[in-house]
Amino acid sequence: MKKLFILVLLGVMILALSAPTFAQEEPWVGADDAPTHPLDCPEGVTPAAMDMTATEEMMDAPVYNGGMVEGAADLAGQPITLIDVPKLIGIGYFNATSLGMQQAAEELGNVTVTTDGPTEGDIVQQIEFLERYITQGVDGILFAANDPVAISPTLRDALAQGIHVVGYDAGSDPDAREWFVNQAEFNGIAKSMVDSMVAEIGAEGRFAIVTSSFTAPNQARWIAEMQAYIGHCYPTLTWLETVESQEDQQLAFQQTQALIQKYGAELDGVFGMSSVAFPGAADAVQQSSLCSPDDAADGVGAPDADSAVAIVGLSTPNQMKPFVENGCVESVVLWNPIDLGYAATYAMRAVVDGELTADSTTLEAGRLGTLQVVNGSEILLGLPFVYTQDNIGDFDF
Amino acid sequence: MTAIDPIVQHHERRNAIITRLLAQETILLVLTVIAVLVLASANERFLTARNLSREISLIFEVALIALPMTLIIITGGIDLSVGSIFGLSAIVLGFLWQDSGWPLEVAIAAALVCGIIGGAINGFFIVRVGVPPLITTLATLALYRGVALGISEARSARGFPDWFLGIGRGEFLGAPWQIWILLIGIVITWLLLSRTIFGRSLYAMGNNELAARFAGIPVNRNKWLIYVFSGFAAALAAVVFVSRVTTTRSDMGSGMELDAIAAVVLGGTSIFGGSGGIGGTLLGLILIQVLKNGLLLAGVRGDATSILIGIVLIAAILLNNFFQWLQVRLTANK
Repeated sequence: MKKLFILVLLGVMILALSAPTFAQEEPWVGADDAPTHPLDCPEGVTPAAMDMTATEEMMDAPVYNGGMVEGAADLAGQPITLIDVPKLIGIGYFNATSLGMQQAAEELGNVTVTTDGPTEGDIVQQIEFLERYITQGVDGILFAANDPVAISPTLRDALAQGIHVVGYDAGSDPDAREWFVNQAEFNGIAKSMVDSMVAEIGAEGRFAIVTSSFTAPNQARWIAEMQAYIGHCYPTLTWLETVESQEDQQLAFQQTQALIQKYGAELDGVFGMSSVAFPGAADAVQQSSLCSPDDAADGVGAPDADSAVAIVGLSTPNQMKPFVENGCVESVVLWNPIDLGYAATYAMRAVVDGELTADSTTLEAGRLGTLQVVNGSEILLGLPFVYTQDNIGDFDF
Repeated sequence: MTAIDPIVQHHERRNAIITRLLAQETILLVLTVIAVLVLASANERFLTARNLSREISLIFEVALIALPMTLIIITGGIDLSVGSIFGLSAIVLGFLWQDSGWPLEVAIAAALVCGIIGGAINGFFIVRVGVPPLITTLATLALYRGVALGISEARSARGFPDWFLGIGRGEFLGAPWQIWILLIGIVITWLLLSRTIFGRSLYAMGNNELAARFAGIPVNRNKWLIYVFSGFAAALAAVVFVSRVTTTRSDMGSGMELDAIAAVVLGGTSIFGGSGGIGGTLLGLILIQVLKNGLLLAGVRGDATSILIGIVLIAAILLNNFFQWLQVRLTANK
């Protein structure tokens, strides 16, 4: 009798353990299982019941974990000279961040910022540049690191010599800089992607995802956040499938064609989750003559032809320009590097002026308005930037 | 008749002075002094102890690699694989310490051995298989970098203990460790090259390898030794570099071989072998570094600095050729 009881108990336990695996097996979407933090829905969309654990987690803000500058001269309100050392100079992306810095410097009036750095993204050369500018003596350093660890000792030296340090785009160890301007968080990218898609296919649309690979950490995180945001704001969207493209544009093309054949008119939209998957997917839709017939100008609403497929994704403007200019792709989601450089300069000015301190929760950044402090010592640039037919020509990277 | 003709004696003395005055080392020295004076007057921070010792720790890796490179180029060879040996040794150090859990001291020793093996493999193909040094080391340049990438899988080691980080960033007797290590390296290489039979035989090998063989010089053994020395120097530089930047990356040291070769050749060592020396290499290193540093302090941007350094390199070589020609004209006995 006792034996039978134990046997039954064991059976129940095995069932209980295997149940979640069975449940997970079915809709494999390519998301990781880390906690998600879906952002608020756009105006006019009622959120589904909010997951309480997520909100609680968002409540306790982490304490400041950045570095401390030692013996810096009090230059509040005084003119300051900054050096900006990006990963490399002479490419469109960092020309754009540099442009943003010049715009901020002009607005502020009391900031001089010079961009200089290696002509290739090499950490050894970047350290040489930094070391020399530290010797030359500047009031502050803005940087985008080629290696987060290797750059840190040099930046700590700068802090120890009274030079303020603010990072952007690619950071260092937190204690080696005072602040880092974070261009995008996963939940922000997810929200922009889903909102852009809903604007094209409507809240009842059916979509698929072309990701790079299921194990790519960034993509898995974005997909998890998209899943959470869809569950939160658009539970009526239908998630058909997630397919891999292995960072291969040709494979992305084939996978998207396979999706088009498999689902036919049922497929309303495709997400391209990387700068390789996105153009591959767009190319497949274009070659199947399924580009959405309505152009970017008339905005919201499902396409006229039932079979049209909308494509939304993450990529750089130059990569997607041909598809955006002929109207096949309406939205390319990424951050705006001009705003990134602009915000970094405002952050530096606020640090020098004593307005951005360990206790701060926000930063006033000129035309960008109020930016939030996240992760202890990072400033979030805000929601990603959506490149459309109207603005994509202004960017060259 | 036993007395030497005073006119001939005078001619010889005059010719010796002209040769010395117009040697590449002298021209470089003058150029370097001019560059230092101009740049020092443009920025008062240039000639400070702190700036100079910082510059030495920045040039350290290339300088250490340039020492054996001088010996190799004197024999008419070349070693393009040093940058990759540098990267591979760094990765081996990080991997054995962090992933395999070896004590750091042992991992350092293993990294140095890795450099020696890398150099020995170069030596094997050059001496035993008879592949020209350019081709051998071009192949191992790719090979060693590939192995480094394979071992590291793009991961980096970090979190080294303080005693180790002290090597790259600490000081000994008031100067960075790099200065002391480099001084020892310079003295050893200089003594080897100018005060030993081994060193003199390298010149013979560079001038005419076949003649050197017939003269009984152990050409093969000497070649092995200099390539192993080169590998070891690259590994030692890598260990110090890892300590300075506190992490390992598989792309470390890429392109470093070209910086070292540029300094050696600028220093007057003939790329065809047979002539040159450590003094010239040091001057070449100093001139390039002085320009990089001084121009930045004077407010010239990095891309413009690269162009200027290129122009100076060409000018130095043209100037040298002109003076060589002048020297031949002046010392010719009419």
